Amino acid sequence: MPEVRALDYHGSERLTMNMGPQHPSAHGVFRAILTLEGETVVGVDAVIGYLHRCHEKLAETLAYVQYPSIASKTDYVAAMSSELAYVMAAEKIGQFEVPKRAQYLRVLMGELQRIASHCLWLGTWCMDMGGALGGGATIFLYCIRERELVLDLFESLVGARLLYGFHQVGGVRYDLPEGWTTQCRSTVDLIEQRLGEYEAMLEDNPFFTMRTKGVGIVSKELAQDIGISGPLLRGSGINFDLRRNQPYSSYEDFQFRVPVETDGDCHARYRVRMVEFRESIKIIRQILDGLPEGPISSRPGVKSLAQVKVPKGEAYARVEGPRGEVGCYLVADGTNKPYRMKWRGASFSNLAVLPHILPGCSVADVVAIMGSVDPVFGEVDR
Amino acid sequence: MTAFTSLPAAVQALIMGSAVLGAVVGILAYVTLLERKFAARLQSRIGPYRVGPHGLLQPIADGVKLLLKEHIEPATADRPVFNLAPVVFLIPCLLMFGLIPFAPGIGVADLDTGVLFFLAVASMEIVGLFMAGWGSNNKYALLSVMRAVNQIISYDLPFLFAALVPVMLAGSLRMSDIAVAQQGLWFIAYPVLGQLAFIAFILTAVAAENRAPFDILEAESELVAGFRVEYSGMKFAIIQLAEYAHVLGASFLGALLFLGAWSGPGPIWLGPLWFLIKALFVFLLLTWVRWSFVRIRVDQILRVSWKLMLPASLLLLLTTAAVIVWRTPHA
Amino acid sequence: MTVDRARELFGSVAGVTVTAGIASVVAQVAPEHWEGAARFAKDTLGCAFFSFLTAIDWKADGLEIVAWVDNLDANLSIQLRTKLGAGQIACASLTGVYRGADWMERECYDMFGVQFAGHPGLRRILLADDWEGHPLLKSYAVDTPHPPYR
Repeated sequence: MPEVRALDYHGSERLTMNMGPQHPSAHGVFRAILTLEGETVVGVDAVIGYLHRCHEKLAETLAYVQYPSIASKTDYVAAMSSELAYVMAAEKIGQFEVPKRAQYLRVLMGELQRIASHCLWLGTWCMDMGGALGGGATIFLYCIRERELVLDLFESLVGARLLYGFHQVGGVRYDLPEGWTTQCRSTVDLIEQRLGEYEAMLEDNPFFTMRTKGVGIVSKELAQDIGISGPLLRGSGINFDLRRNQPYSSYEDFQFRVPVETDGDCHARYRVRMVEFRESIKIIRQILDGLPEGPISSRPGVKSLAQVKVPKGEAYARVEGPRGEVGCYLVADGTNKPYRMKWRGASFSNLAVLPHILPGCSVADVVAIMGSVDPVFGEVDR
Repeated sequence: MTAFTSLPAAVQALIMGSAVLGAVVGILAYVTLLERKFAARLQSRIGPYRVGPHGLLQPIADGVKLLLKEHIEPATADRPVFNLAPVVFLIPCLLMFGLIPFAPGIGVADLDTGVLFFLAVASMEIVGLFMAGWGSNNKYALLSVMRAVNQIISYDLPFLFAALVPVMLAGSLRMSDIAVAQQGLWFIAYPVLGQLAFIAFILTAVAAENRAPFDILEAESELVAGFRVEYSGMKFAIIQLAEYAHVLGASFLGALLFLGAWSGPGPIWLGPLWFLIKALFVFLLLTWVRWSFVRIRVDQILRVSWKLMLPASLLLLLTTAAVIVWRTPHA
Repeated sequence: MTVDRARELFGSVAGVTVTAGIASVVAQVAPEHWEGAARFAKDTLGCAFFSFLTAIDWKADGLEIVAWVDNLDANLSIQLRTKLGAGQIACASLTGVYRGADWMERECYDMFGVQFAGHPGLRRILLADDWEGHPLLKSYAVDTPHPPYR
């Protein structure tokens, strides 16, 4: 039993309630031991680690050609960003060239993945707030319907819907099949149109604004101190996006806007993600219009384990995933396996903000806040 | 008919009561299917489809399944309270149907104080609800019923006031009188006041029935089924039945007060059918609201009730009184 | 705050050696000046964004703690490193400087056994509380048997 720390009980009015690990809105396996005074949360002990598989030890035993498929299992909702961080780190150390076409394909997949991930976020967040048997489920099903279209695209490209093995050190493994770009264009057009419907369903809805405005405010100072990133950081007023500030994989070739909101509450984070939807669609269209020809990898296809040897050195590769900064800190020692790999999961740092903002909210707000933080426990626990 | 009326009054009441009860339970089973199909269509899917043609045997399958399930009882639950709660919850919800006249002359009891008695009986469900939450000995259940009692009590008042507007327009609490008074013009069509009263009725009904967006009682995503969390098998089925009975009862009340009860084209024996159709219309209105909106927090719900709905419905009632006095020619 | 200015300022802090490396500024810090260097990075160099903190097990050479902080406005990244020395597991905690160090240090303790002095509640975060051993140490075999969990 984890000891509950820094909680002092004054009299019999405080109730200790366990939320999770089996809970409809725990977003995975997460246990929050809440201390309640009536309906207000006065203390929270967040217990994680239910999904811990020790990826970091695993990476020391797997070769650079084997690990990218496993890397997708950290942030399994946005597998493309997870894999990208790892291969980018290896490429940085070994100074491996990545051809232009491969870079554009990586960006394309990353942005499509962002759309799919945000679809899931919106659906599950509304479902948390509205109930699985209620209005929330309606938006959930609409979002899942859209996400299925994107997953169909991935399936026709890679063969897998959720966990791909798309990236490899030096480039990507699959090239676009016939007719894929047309399907991609029509999917993206459809999603853009449906986005308007969701915004109409939620924006003017006083129930929605009542639940999200002023709830879970994260100040600028707290945001940076904890190290939260992505839409949470931009929702608190800090204008920082890795795709624009520290561009990787040819992101500097594309025009897109980085949304920033100053309120820091759930509604601000929601607005940031809704704009990100549209910006991703813009980037996808730019890529499809200007995809260069060429090889998709600077290294040949994988035939043996010893194929990729990364010289001694270290690198920290950061990727702007849908949840924030996904980073891979790699220490290489010249063999075909890493010496040490640290996975900087965006959700791990994002979740660390909960004990600081939950005290003072009511139980219903806990659910709304957790949804807007959007944790994926593969990344938290690794 | 004469054979029926020649029987002693007690036997008449017994037969009528059993017929109404049987019909109501049957309709309730299929109302659940109606809700599921309606929700499915809203969510761009089909709903129950496999069991029977177009899922028509689904309620029967559900009933059989629930009958066969194990009765799980938490070891620390308060046994008498826990086991009695579903029954105490069910009785007022079914008793409501005994007060409604389905056609002139058909109905179990048409009381002089019909509407008032109906609303009083309907609010007695709170006792059963609280027994269920308390007896479960579970923090989630306790939290949910404490919220629920708060909410239902707060919304029963504006519910009553909204229901009193047609009563004042008809001039009687007796349900059949209200239905007869709508022969010429349904009360919903009464200029301004009728529409406002109907809107107020629907809003407060949603809250008093624990339907989304005011369904914090169940709030699956926070409280994992709330007060029902420890119930399984037939006890759960009884609770479900009682909940739907309550909603349907409120829908019948709405149809009676605002939509003219049994009046409709065709012969008089089609009256109950028209009544049912109107009640289902009100039910579908409540369901449509349920499947479209996210839920709001309990303190916001209570704020809406005490600061908005109660003064508004009271004002509406007083305005109705003033209008009636103004329009009645003085003797 | 440019990169050159940051290197110049940081190099003048006691116990800090600025070297070349993978970040704009890579600072090798002596263990006793660990917290002071972090505070300097936050207050003077403006690096308010705490990215991560971890450890590397160099086997015979002991553990090395690595932290990465950013100045988001100036696009400046600083990598702070400190070698604890062979067999040493004590290190100062950065929770007084960056609140995000809380969970990162707990994970470091969980995986490497590093004892952070001054941490408000150093206990395991990812593994179960009764787990024995610290998995990411090189001395911990990948196939270490452990009792099946209930």
